[in-house]
Amino acid sequence: MKRVLMICAIITVLTTVGIVWVLFSESYTFFQHVSIWDFLTDTEWSPLSTNKHFGILPLLSGTLLVTAISMSIAVPMGIIIAIYLSEYAPKKFRYYIKPLLEILASIPTVVYGFFALTVVTPFLQNYIPNLAGFNALSAGLVMGIMIIPMISSLSEDALYAVPKSLREGAYGMGSTRLQTSFNVILPAASSGIIVSIILAFARAVGETMIVTVAAGNMANLTADPRETVATITAFIVNMSSGDVQQDSIEYQTIFAAGVTLFVFTFILNSVSFYIKKRFQEKYD
Amino acid sequence: MTSADKNRIKDKAFEYVGMACTFFGLFMLVIFLGDILMTGIEKIDMDFLSNFPSSRARKAGIYPAWTGTLWILGLTAIIAIPIGIAAGIYFEEYAKKSKMANFLEINLANLAGVPSIIYGLLGLQIFVRTLNFGTSLLSGACTLALLILPVIIVSTREALKAVPDSIRQASYGMGANTWQTIWHQVLPASAGGIITGIILAISRAIGETAPLIVVGAATFITNVPDSPMSDYTVLPMQIYSWIGMPDKEFAKSAAAGIIVLLLITFVLNGIAVFLRNRWQKKVKW
Repeated sequence: MKRVLMICAIITVLTTVGIVWVLFSESYTFFQHVSIWDFLTDTEWSPLSTNKHFGILPLLSGTLLVTAISMSIAVPMGIIIAIYLSEYAPKKFRYYIKPLLEILASIPTVVYGFFALTVVTPFLQNYIPNLAGFNALSAGLVMGIMIIPMISSLSEDALYAVPKSLREGAYGMGSTRLQTSFNVILPAASSGIIVSIILAFARAVGETMIVTVAAGNMANLTADPRETVATITAFIVNMSSGDVQQDSIEYQTIFAAGVTLFVFTFILNSVSFYIKKRFQEKYD
Repeated sequence: MTSADKNRIKDKAFEYVGMACTFFGLFMLVIFLGDILMTGIEKIDMDFLSNFPSSRARKAGIYPAWTGTLWILGLTAIIAIPIGIAAGIYFEEYAKKSKMANFLEINLANLAGVPSIIYGLLGLQIFVRTLNFGTSLLSGACTLALLILPVIIVSTREALKAVPDSIRQASYGMGANTWQTIWHQVLPASAGGIITGIILAISRAIGETAPLIVVGAATFITNVPDSPMSDYTVLPMQIYSWIGMPDKEFAKSAAAGIIVLLLITFVLNGIAVFLRNRWQKKVKW
């Protein structure tokens, strides 16, 4: 019986091996046509036009632009909510509110895309005249709302795990709840909070349907949130939903884009795993 | 005003800021659900559930989409549940504290963080091309099964971890071997937690769109799947294709599709939360 169970466990290893092998072998053929240097420095991405360019920078900038917008909403909001729920709110309130907030994280992302495209963009266009129909801003804002509960839930767990004695100590010195939260509890729970931020960041980088639906599909090296952009993930979706010949260079670009995304999220996940193992605060 | 007064005011101010942020999140949820209900509710009737998609928005329905969703969920569950539970048992009961276990652990943590679209690329190359399943339900189900496997494994492990060691020791004391102990004592005691995890994993699979686009779910389909090798579409895929239509009338169809999709997701999540609470209350070691 142990054998059978072990084989099942090894499937998880095979999955990883499969992902790495598929991504790297297909991109290897890609990089025989396009030099890695061009891939990393060319500022144009146009695999389907007659004058082909394969510079990943526009896709990367699109990804980072949307991610930055979403994080600028989700990190402050998520942490404030976490502190409020853990240090201020009555227990009952926390008990009911936390699962309600987590509903936000369980909604399928294509639904958020619909919301960004049909509600948020028209609303923002009233105030921002040059806002394109597909734009990084709406996609980023809505993605930010989606990842608030990821940060608030994990951070709140970290704050809640700080032992009572530290709180009592700070109160005993005459600190207010605010001073206790920011000077004692927050530093004590910092590793857990940083892990939650990194995981949310990785999630935002890999998020696909919101950006595909609402941010557009135009590789665009820009930092202007009002413009249409394409992220790595949106490119993969759009490219693979068209009819692309297998073994063509267009087909391989999907994997070259995929490998970039994978390396990116792999580094983020590894860092968060390392922090979690290394800096776990222990109070006895 | 003394500095103590100032600190008290700041403290109170932060309390209101925190409350405002929390309610902002809930407020967005309400607006969001409200808007979709208002847009889509008029579309929902028997015809919507029993019609095929059409180029005319008034006649377009989700019959192939929801049957496709049921098919793919069934197949995904058949593949992922036994493997996930078995792997979870191995991780928690057999592979404790070895080099191998440590490696498996890191690997699992990383897999859980891989973006879903990468699983789509894996499925495209392995299931669609190499194993030649084509753009069938089977390809989609295998891909989704790999995607939710880490979720099932992690929740199975947590459920097993919650069973106290005294139960195992008592079983060993009666002369049972490891597998007998797991099968007769540990698994029944942790069933609630494992089932909760499985439901949450399945509800995650329902909403996945990106990997299925990559492994070739169809956007327009005129028949209902009748075998694992059929072409298919799923609800989120149908919604995605309606969102892309220029005709505004299709936005209503998309919203109506979203209502059905959210209903399924919320019901499953509700069942999971209910089971978790019941199970936590009932089991007191």
